Amino acid sequence: MRRRLFFLLPLALFAAIALYLGFGLTRDASVLPSALIDKPVPAFSLPGLAPDAPGLDDAALHGGVTLVNIFASWCVPCRVEHPQLMALAREGVPVYGIAWKDKAEDTRAFLAELGNPFRAVGSDGSGRVGIDWGVYGVPETYVIDREGRIRYRHVGPLLPQHVEERIRPLLKELGG
Amino acid sequence: MIVEFGHFALALALVVALVQATLPLIGAARRQGPLMALAAPAALAQFALLALSFLALTQAFVVSDFSVAAVVANSHSLKPLLYKVSGVWGNHEGSMLLWVLILALFGALVALFGGNLPPTLRARVLAVQAMIAVGFLLFMLFTSNPFDRIFPPPPDGNDLNPLLQDPGLAFHPPMLYVGYVGFSIVFSFAAAALIEGKVDAAWARWVRPWTLLAWSFMTAGIALGSWWAYYELGWGGWWYWDPVENASFMPWLVGTALLHSAIVVEKRDALKSWTILLAILAFSLSLIGTFLVRSGVLTSVHAFATDPDRGVFILGLLVLAVGGSLLLYAWRAPTLQGGGLFAPVSREGALMLNNLIMVTAAGTVFLGTLYPLFLEAVDGSKVSVGPPFFNATFVPLMLPMLAALGAGPLLAWKRGDLAGVLGRLRMALVLAGAVAFATLLLTYGQDGYTAALAALGLGLAAWLAGAIAVSVQERAGFGRPGATRRLLGLPRAFWGMTLAHLGLAVAVVGITGAALWQSERVLAMRPGDKAEIDGYRLVFEGVGAHDGPNYRATQGRFRLEDDAGRALATLVPERRRYVVSGMETTEAAIRSTGLGDIYAVIGAADANGAYTVRIYHKPLVPWIWMGAFVMVLGGAVSLTDRRLRVGAPTRARGAAALPADAGD
Amino acid sequence: MTRILSVLALLLWVSAAGAVQPDEMLADPAAEARARAVSRDIRCLVCQNQSIDDSDAELARDLRLLVRERIRAGDSDTAIRDFLVARYGEFVLLKPRMSSRTWLLWFGPLLLLAAGAAGLAVYFRRRPAAPATEPTLDAGERDRLARLAGEDRP
Repeated sequence: MRRRLFFLLPLALFAAIALYLGFGLTRDASVLPSALIDKPVPAFSLPGLAPDAPGLDDAALHGGVTLVNIFASWCVPCRVEHPQLMALAREGVPVYGIAWKDKAEDTRAFLAELGNPFRAVGSDGSGRVGIDWGVYGVPETYVIDREGRIRYRHVGPLLPQHVEERIRPLLKELGG
Repeated sequence: MIVEFGHFALALALVVALVQATLPLIGAARRQGPLMALAAPAALAQFALLALSFLALTQAFVVSDFSVAAVVANSHSLKPLLYKVSGVWGNHEGSMLLWVLILALFGALVALFGGNLPPTLRARVLAVQAMIAVGFLLFMLFTSNPFDRIFPPPPDGNDLNPLLQDPGLAFHPPMLYVGYVGFSIVFSFAAAALIEGKVDAAWARWVRPWTLLAWSFMTAGIALGSWWAYYELGWGGWWYWDPVENASFMPWLVGTALLHSAIVVEKRDALKSWTILLAILAFSLSLIGTFLVRSGVLTSVHAFATDPDRGVFILGLLVLAVGGSLLLYAWRAPTLQGGGLFAPVSREGALMLNNLIMVTAAGTVFLGTLYPLFLEAVDGSKVSVGPPFFNATFVPLMLPMLAALGAGPLLAWKRGDLAGVLGRLRMALVLAGAVAFATLLLTYGQDGYTAALAALGLGLAAWLAGAIAVSVQERAGFGRPGATRRLLGLPRAFWGMTLAHLGLAVAVVGITGAALWQSERVLAMRPGDKAEIDGYRLVFEGVGAHDGPNYRATQGRFRLEDDAGRALATLVPERRRYVVSGMETTEAAIRSTGLGDIYAVIGAADANGAYTVRIYHKPLVPWIWMGAFVMVLGGAVSLTDRRLRVGAPTRARGAAALPADAGD
Repeated sequence: MTRILSVLALLLWVSAAGAVQPDEMLADPAAEARARAVSRDIRCLVCQNQSIDDSDAELARDLRLLVRERIRAGDSDTAIRDFLVARYGEFVLLKPRMSSRTWLLWFGPLLLLAAGAAGLAVYFRRRPAAPATEPTLDAGERDRLARLAGEDRP
């Protein structure tokens, strides 16, 4: 009898492997979870899009629940998600922007064309601040709580269902 | 019209496969000759239908029939003919058709050459083979049909990925598939044996040529892929431990173990249930590999366009095939009687050691490849397991195996005398020591770690080569009269083994050199500039332009000189821009001698007109491919050994004269 | 989920010609060699399974420059890795660090080998030792053996 159990071992092992493989089918292998969840926003100070325009620094992200959107003018999905950001801004959600690896004049043109939902925009031409945030592509959207901690990162364009199912509930929960 | 015909042939093949999968099995259980006799013609018909289907798809690609979706996605009218043809399998749907075609090919081969198999076994083998075919044909017809039409047909196609437009890569998939899918027939033999309830020396004899065939092609396919990566991807890497590479390496490792353990079954009638398990495992790993490549579960440079729906289907096939066979194994294997006895230190023991290390190595690669997935399922965290892990774990496993490989083939069956064998191998030990010492001297000045590894690698290769020389000498007896006659009279299986092991030694030398002694220079060069590397000099003569059939290229001309200033070669690396996709590729210029490669790559020009030039000196790298070639040669030579191919023919004639319980 | 950068990176990867550009390289060869060694263990996050040393992607280049910057600033290799892990998670390291999560990975091969060796030991212990001599056959059995073996001699 024990000998028979021994022969069942390969099958048992395979069953476990098959379960894991099945699990693997349910996730998107390309999405990386943020390493900064529940950690404070990295300290940064970025210039604005014009010499006289105010930039963005981490101080602005303390004291209230905010959204930070990493975008660029050359990024096509950023255009797709822009209406959601405009809608959120119209509702009074504080949305801030970081233009990632973009030329300031191109960013200005982008916002002029599509509308500017951001209370302030920082221009991260070199992408170094993006690295501090753990950004690996655009667009990405972060939800920041009152204490200036990153609570959620959305990778890829913000589609209406993402806003409804993830962002709004979280904003409400955080008291924004 | 031809496309519809191809589609119809595919569907018809499914019907034939369904018949082949069921009726012969019933016939074998009930000992009904006519039902069993259906198997062979069905297998041949299935192959013929799939061959027609494949030809139909090829025709669509060759004439650039852009009403077929697969042709639009993967071809273009300007593409050279060779790549129009290789585009047939350069995509998911077409490669699946190639997959089932080769599956059917092996079934047909057994139908043609398996005349001396007992009818029940043959019927069952072909039935199991057909079951696999049914699964994959259903998969194709429902989710991955290469004959899907697109309306309206666009004027031209999207072109095949330029990286795939290369002779090496044109042949890599077919060869790899013959290996990958070839293990299916061994799997079928194992399942059939379990259903029969009998595994004996005869079974091992029948299985061995098929295992050799699959293994040889797999070795060739993997080596071809590795060589392609080396010369095409532009920085001379030849193995990345990429999940899809691992997916082909794992069946290869288990297949090697299977080859060796089948010998013990054949010679000594022992290790039966273990060998059956290995046969199931080899093809299971092929199936898991197919799943990994096509489901999107792991990121990989190789992955086809991923589709979770397809992944679910393949997972289902996997569960049925592997789960079913392992269930069969758990049920039937305990009834298999053990056979010959042997001491731990013996030829059988050495073969078991080979198995232990090969299977552990396969398990290690499996663990590393799938660990990120396992971990994420358990607690959601993501880790990367990359080349550093595999190099740190795989290499130490191989070292004791190389050491044992020298002595193993010289040990006697049943009970070996290790001390005696080592005494016979004195010369090999001395040679190994000398080579290791010489290597340490050569690498004096490099860091200690590199020097030690190099000495170990080359020393072990020398040990292996020396041991092989001793084993040949013992059999041929040079120095005594008649040596040549004895040499030529040695069985081909012995030559096959000798060549395969020698090929491994050669490859180890190449791997050692490639891993430890590569030099690189990265420079911004203008025409007229010179660069030096390891005693060679490269003079940048100038830039030119060149148009290919579907690309435009910038070429750099470099004169390679040795340290005395003598011109050795002209290297012309290219940077190509394919007109349809806009993709850019680099074509490295490689000057290869037996001892190493000089490898030059030209990049884009910067604002000042200086080109980024990368120059590599890669000592001993060609030995990797040469070693693989010799290994494949060994497999081929073994295949030509009449004993293995014929199996047990006289049994059929003599069996009638023997009492019923004889020989069983 | 289309991410423009992933697509862009893939296109760039296709054109890969090795990746370090002359303008990135450090002047000091020893430091540059160190930078290359560290880079080989850092994953390119927008590529399919490459290190930043091998990849042509822009993010890979940014990270390569970052690594060299930190070397110039005097950071140790471990500090550089910690810096990147703090921002991108353990995923960014191609060589997983030993932790409670990864000890199964690192010790796995050894465990497998031990299990296999144990299996072999059990196998040998279960069976009686091999006979020192071959059992002898009587005349009738020898005849039968000869008939069965026939031309089929291994």
